[in-house]
Amino acid sequence: MEYNILIGGKAGQGVETGAQIITEIIHSNGFYIFSSKDYMSMVRGGHNFVTIRFSDKPINAASFKYNVIMSLDENTSDLHHKNLLDGGAVLSAMELEHKTDDVIKVDAAKIAKHIGNTKVLNTVLIGALCKYFGLDISNAKHILSAHFIGDVLEKNIEALKQGFDSIEGNFHCSEVASDPKGILVNSNEAFASGCAAGGVSFYSAYPMTPATSIMKFLSSVSEDLNILVEQAEDEISAINMAIGASYAGARAMTGSSGGGFALMTEAVGLSGVTETPLVIAEVQRPGPATGLSTRTEQGDLLFTLFCSQGEFPRMITSVTSHENAFETGVRAQNIAQKYQIPVIVLSDQYLADAIKTTEEFDFDSIEIKDSILREYKKDYKRYEYTKSGVSPRLLPGSIKGMTVMYDSHEHNDESEIVEDCETRIKMMNKRMKKEDLLLEEDINEPEYFGVENPSAVFVGFGSSRGAMQEAVSMLNDEGKSVGMLIFSDIWPFPSKKLKEINEKTDKLINIEMNYTGQLAKVISMQTGIRCSSSILKYDGRPFSPHQIYKQAKELI
Amino acid sequence: MTNFKKDKTTSWCPGCGNFPLLDAYTEALSEIGLEKEEVVVVSGIGQAAKTPHYINSNGFQGLHGRALPVAFGVKAANPTLTVLVNTGDGDGYGEGGNHFIHAIRRNIDITHLVHDNQIYGLTKGQGSPTTSLGQATSMQMNGVTSKPFNPMLTALSAGCSFVARAYVGDKEKLKEIIKAAINHKGYSIIDIFQPCVTFNKVNTYEYYKNNTYNLDETYDNSDFEKALLLVAKDDEKIPLGIIYQKKTDDYLALNPHIQKGLLMDNYDINKIKNVISKKLSY
Repeated sequence: MEYNILIGGKAGQGVETGAQIITEIIHSNGFYIFSSKDYMSMVRGGHNFVTIRFSDKPINAASFKYNVIMSLDENTSDLHHKNLLDGGAVLSAMELEHKTDDVIKVDAAKIAKHIGNTKVLNTVLIGALCKYFGLDISNAKHILSAHFIGDVLEKNIEALKQGFDSIEGNFHCSEVASDPKGILVNSNEAFASGCAAGGVSFYSAYPMTPATSIMKFLSSVSEDLNILVEQAEDEISAINMAIGASYAGARAMTGSSGGGFALMTEAVGLSGVTETPLVIAEVQRPGPATGLSTRTEQGDLLFTLFCSQGEFPRMITSVTSHENAFETGVRAQNIAQKYQIPVIVLSDQYLADAIKTTEEFDFDSIEIKDSILREYKKDYKRYEYTKSGVSPRLLPGSIKGMTVMYDSHEHNDESEIVEDCETRIKMMNKRMKKEDLLLEEDINEPEYFGVENPSAVFVGFGSSRGAMQEAVSMLNDEGKSVGMLIFSDIWPFPSKKLKEINEKTDKLINIEMNYTGQLAKVISMQTGIRCSSSILKYDGRPFSPHQIYKQAKELI
Repeated sequence: MTNFKKDKTTSWCPGCGNFPLLDAYTEALSEIGLEKEEVVVVSGIGQAAKTPHYINSNGFQGLHGRALPVAFGVKAANPTLTVLVNTGDGDGYGEGGNHFIHAIRRNIDITHLVHDNQIYGLTKGQGSPTTSLGQATSMQMNGVTSKPFNPMLTALSAGCSFVARAYVGDKEKLKEIIKAAINHKGYSIIDIFQPCVTFNKVNTYEYYKNNTYNLDETYDNSDFEKALLLVAKDDEKIPLGIIYQKKTDDYLALNPHIQKGLLMDNYDINKIKNVISKKLSY
């Protein structure tokens, strides 16, 4: 079984709270959920909607065809009616202007008035929705109590019950219901949890959608976990604070979206040249400039790869799923410490805001890695030339009689400012070879899904994973010989698996949410392999599995 | 006592005000009784910002204008360190002007020494935020047309709890003020006049001698209104000394959960697991 709901209305009408309550009820019925958010950059008015896809099997992507549209305003039903599946229904508390026979009018206003609080109207609709799907609402009191208190809570419980009883059911979900599975998180929360597990103790940032929820999550656990979350005056300050904290021994991180990250770029190089560990979350939204501030894109891959003047070692990785977000958080903290480099983690609005039933995080197999000096060393040199390029890092104040100097200029092994050719070459070589070791020891090759000997292979990175994987399954089910490679780590570029695949087929189709095909450019730059065709999307909305399936079918 | 002064060739011009400043500074650190590993000197970019290289302690020379955020991070991560910031007037008030205001608001326990020579030295003689109106420079050849920035008035109005002005020509007095600033809990600023013998032909040793005076024992530096009026006057001789000082809660006092610092000694995966699992369960 699999169903999909859209709940939509104006900003301020309670779309988000309503969606949250529905999601929690479905979760309590033991189903897997993938819920995505589509909202405008305004506090009142406009049109916002949330989609809630659920099934008795795990789901990894949003879909945009619906069994039910729960319409809080006229506009929602007008806009989305075309995406209603056959036999689907529109649930509404109003008389809608377009009178199709799939509209179920819920007498929510009358019920709410009878209960004595007109504000419980949405909860009446939610009750009706639960009945429509045949969901069990016995746990509703517990769920509603997280959102309401006192008399308002009592009235909402009553509203849910009366809404439930007000319509006829259609599906019978409760027949396949079971115990709740996993946890409900968005990928920013999963990533922040991973970072905390990896020891992050300092997060400085300036609020920017869609990165803010990382900061908010860490802030919510900061007192319990002794993490400092500091809201900086700007992103330049944020990243420099994190570098200072890291120098002194905190595991430090900053985060923003592309616009804020643009301000940080000089200091990304500061982390590179001073060899100060740093994790930077870049949760993408469409640019340039203010762009589409609440929407999604994968437009900053090349920007993060080439940002900041000069050349220095860096790692670029991308979040491909909620489970991967947690692992990426742990890895990013460790890799930044082990190699003393900036690690940039790419995500985007789609994943950042998507709530998914996620496997419980594995806190038990976490290892902590770093390259810190812990014993007195005579003639210690901060930037000692070593075989690996990684020099032992002394934390200021940690060892009696020892001091450490970091410098943003080109410097020698003792951190003295130098300008001579020989030292420059030696020091550049020392720093850059850290990327070789990183590639060898820690970079993951892309994951492969699909048939064993594919005649065509999709290539993508980051958040497209879920939709791509589902499209591949649909095509495989039809007997099409396709597979996919999904990159999480992108720099230093892992090329082995891609080259192997390329031996089998030269039909590579890059699937990216940007205009210029940025991953294909990195692939071509690093391997000389060129993708034969592309599926590119830059309308600010995520891929749906069906969309990839349809477009790919014409290309394979 | 630790000798904080490194025996190292500097890249400062002969006669530069940075030399007496460095002497007063390193002597102050010794006299307070600090060990070299307990001190971190953070700087940005400029002639003043080279100071950490000449001090026998920990150091971090970062980006132009960005010393204050770095210093904040250092102090927050390890509050046992004595953290000092050395910037010039361009580094501190120009490129880093925004951070100056917010460092005051945060009030973390760091000491900020601004080597204020009222000109740009490293980039060769352009006007700085504190260059006098009308003064001709290598870039503003017909004279600077923007009014000079008043760091003391800005610091006071933003609520700074330690505001001082000093002059490198009086080493003992400068040393005394640096010591007081280090001992002050919270963000403290010392704007230190110093001649740039190469690029500023107006604000010379002679000029400062004739245009400044020391505040005497009768001056009450706890009187905020008096301090405001004192630094607001720009047509008279300039007062030197601790202009204003007040006991306040510093950043750490207001963030008790980070009192122990943010180092990995406190890492406890079981605690992290419990807190996050609880947070994410319904």
